[in-house]
Amino acid sequence: MSAQAAPTPATDPTLKAPLVRIEDLVKYFPAGGGLFGRTVVHAVDGVSLAIEAGETLGLVGESGCGKSTLGRVIVRLLPATSGHVYFKDTDLTKVRGEKLRRTRQEIQMIFQDPYASLNPRMTVGDIVSEPLRNFGVARGRKAEQKVQEVMRVVGLNPNFVNRYPHEFSGGQRQRIGIARALVLEPTFIVADEPVSALDVSIQAQIVNLMEDLQAKYDLTFLFIAHDLSVVKHISDRIAVMYLGKIVEIGTSNAIRDRPLHPYTKVLESSVPVPDPDLESARKPILLKGEIPSPVNPPSACRFHTRCPIAQQICSEVEPPLEMKENGRFAACHFPGQL
Amino acid sequence: MQDLRVQFATSGGTVTAVDGIDFEIDRGEIVGIVGESGSGKTMTALSILRLIPEPGKITSGRILYGEKDVVEMTDEEIREFRGNEVAMIFQDPMTSLNPVLRVGFQVEEAMAAHARFTRDQAKQRVVPMLQRVRIPAAKDRVRDYPHQFSGGMRQRAMIAMGVSNEPSLLIADEPTTALDVTVQASIIELLRDLSRELRAAVILITHNMALVASLCNRVIVMYAGRVVEEGPTRAIFKNPQHPYTWSLLRSMPRIDETAKERLISIKGLPPDLGKMPPGCKFHPRCKFRIDRCFTEEPPLDEVDPMQRARCWVLMKNVPEPETKA
Ligand SMILES: Nc1ncnc2c1ncn2[C@@H]1O[C@H](COP(=O)(O)OP(=O)(O)OP(=O)(O)O)[C@@H](O)[C@H]1O
Ligand SMILES: Nc1ncnc2c1ncn2[C@@H]1O[C@H](COP(=O)(O)OP(=O)(O)O)[C@@H](O)[C@H]1O
Ligand code: SF4
Ligand code: SF4
Ligand SMILES: [Mg+2]
Ligand SMILES: [Mg+2]
Repeated sequence: MSAQAAPTPATDPTLKAPLVRIEDLVKYFPAGGGLFGRTVVHAVDGVSLAIEAGETLGLVGESGCGKSTLGRVIVRLLPATSGHVYFKDTDLTKVRGEKLRRTRQEIQMIFQDPYASLNPRMTVGDIVSEPLRNFGVARGRKAEQKVQEVMRVVGLNPNFVNRYPHEFSGGQRQRIGIARALVLEPTFIVADEPVSALDVSIQAQIVNLMEDLQAKYDLTFLFIAHDLSVVKHISDRIAVMYLGKIVEIGTSNAIRDRPLHPYTKVLESSVPVPDPDLESARKPILLKGEIPSPVNPPSACRFHTRCPIAQQICSEVEPPLEMKENGRFAACHFPGQL
Repeated sequence: MQDLRVQFATSGGTVTAVDGIDFEIDRGEIVGIVGESGSGKTMTALSILRLIPEPGKITSGRILYGEKDVVEMTDEEIREFRGNEVAMIFQDPMTSLNPVLRVGFQVEEAMAAHARFTRDQAKQRVVPMLQRVRIPAAKDRVRDYPHQFSGGMRQRAMIAMGVSNEPSLLIADEPTTALDVTVQASIIELLRDLSRELRAAVILITHNMALVASLCNRVIVMYAGRVVEEGPTRAIFKNPQHPYTWSLLRSMPRIDETAKERLISIKGLPPDLGKMPPGCKFHPRCKFRIDRCFTEEPPLDEVDPMQRARCWVLMKNVPEPETKA
């Protein structure tokens, strides 16, 4: 890379020690039933990002915009179509064999649905210890001890090791998922909507637990959610995604207080607050139309079909995701104007 | 609704899903029912239509609609009541629409089913109804199938079917839970407009306190099948008296928070309705409980002329509650 190249989110100069660097990541899925049999879903379409060691990066966006796909490609549950994911200095899209195994141990994922993501025929002990066996890290007594330790850490009674997932509540199941993710002592965790399926009072328990674990074990999180309030609360920085692309990145406070991208502004204005006085003053910006299909995303700026301030140029020239100020990236021809 | 009780006879004994609920709602009013899943919100709503699923039963209480008691209505009367006076909107619009029939036809059927319209009138009204719920290019979309609609449009279509008969009571059970925030915002605006246009009473059932703040005049908070607090929205949010309401409001992250504050979490889980604790049903999770809470269940008492709470202690009597929570 030449010295004067403009910074991308992957080379954000304001970050001190990025643990994960994602460059131009693309993930296409074949779309069934296209007229010419060759259509693709542009689920993730050229994403660049960096995640600082020890931070929580929030990822928000509407359903179907590609958040989960991005998360799954990062942890290599799905192969990338093109692009790179660097973890420390290893390119996860290329690495194989022993090195892959060692790297994967450091990267874990927590899933949205605490019901579907746990094998109903395995006991909690087996579920939590499975990664230890798969990676040949520990077995027998040692594995048992490790399992009991992480169960205690996530607030599950270690006496429950022989119970099955259906005997637990949603919040407890999410704790089981977290215990399983922690057992290999990872440094980086992708949490895909870890609290979306939970009741409000239980959400708070899990959010607090994740914050405690991060402080205790120096974890780095990619926290995926569609609820901007939760993401704002837990994240140091936020990346906003629309139709397969990142449209804005900034610190959580900056994203909320001074959204640069019109889509971020719309999201921010749509979130209700539990205060009737503020609510009577809030005017959500309602979007026209619907989220377009990722099979045929709109030309140039993908938001132009719904953007309240779109101009001619928006459908002709794609706005790059540029650094607009220190640590602030936005992909818009008219940033901050909505 | 007076002293309503809904029970299920299960293999593990009798489960009381709704226990002694009283409330009133007027035309033009929007009342929110909030609570965690399983707290009895849906059963309360279904009982207004006498639609409690088997083996559930309304075992006591009266549901007065004007002068009439819904519990006592004949089958004929209840059918008429459901068809002409009340509309119910559910969480998942996909499961309530028939996937193989065109959306426009389903809206037409819904109207034709009511005595109020002839088939021809129903046909004529489909496009205006879809326009009324702000489906863009409604004329071109009437011949679409449900899967060609987005989640938000399906919810609009459901609402169109519900309100096509100009009901005087609209019950929306988690109408936006499955939707994105941007879509949620537009559905909430739609419900607000419709309640004005139709002068209908609206019951919004949700677990999202913020939605209630935005839409409702009055709030009912449910816990373990009981109303634990109710009152005008402003009072409930500014001056909650029940520890459950108070904690719930502090357990959700707010987008307008300035400094990162730790969320107040409610420890433990809601009780299993088959194994209810004695005393106050919230006492195993309550941080403000006193001895009496373990053995005696508090009544839903007036704490203010408009506000009632079911608690022996009340938050106004707890100095510096944050330090205890
Ligand atoms: N295996 C697959 N085959 C084909 N298309 C897929 C596949 N997985 C995901 N997609 C499509 O890719 C796009 C992005 O999906 P993804 O699950 O990443 O969205 P998301 O942002 O996580 O949404 P949500 O908020 O609903 O979880 C969607 O259009 C989805 O339908
Ligand atoms: N068919 C049934 N048999 C037994 N219990 C039921 C049945 N349907 C609902 N319940 C119980 O009634 C309670 C209240 O349910 P519901 O009104 O659906 O709660 P909410 O809408 O607040 O989530 C729950 O504990 C639920 O398990
Ligand atoms: S580039 Fe144009 S259409 Fe896209 S977000 Fe900016 S103003 Fe809107
Ligand atoms: S009655 Fe007692 S246990 Fe119940 S909510 Fe009030 S203080 Fe808590
Ligand atoms: Mg997802
Ligand atoms: Mg329900």
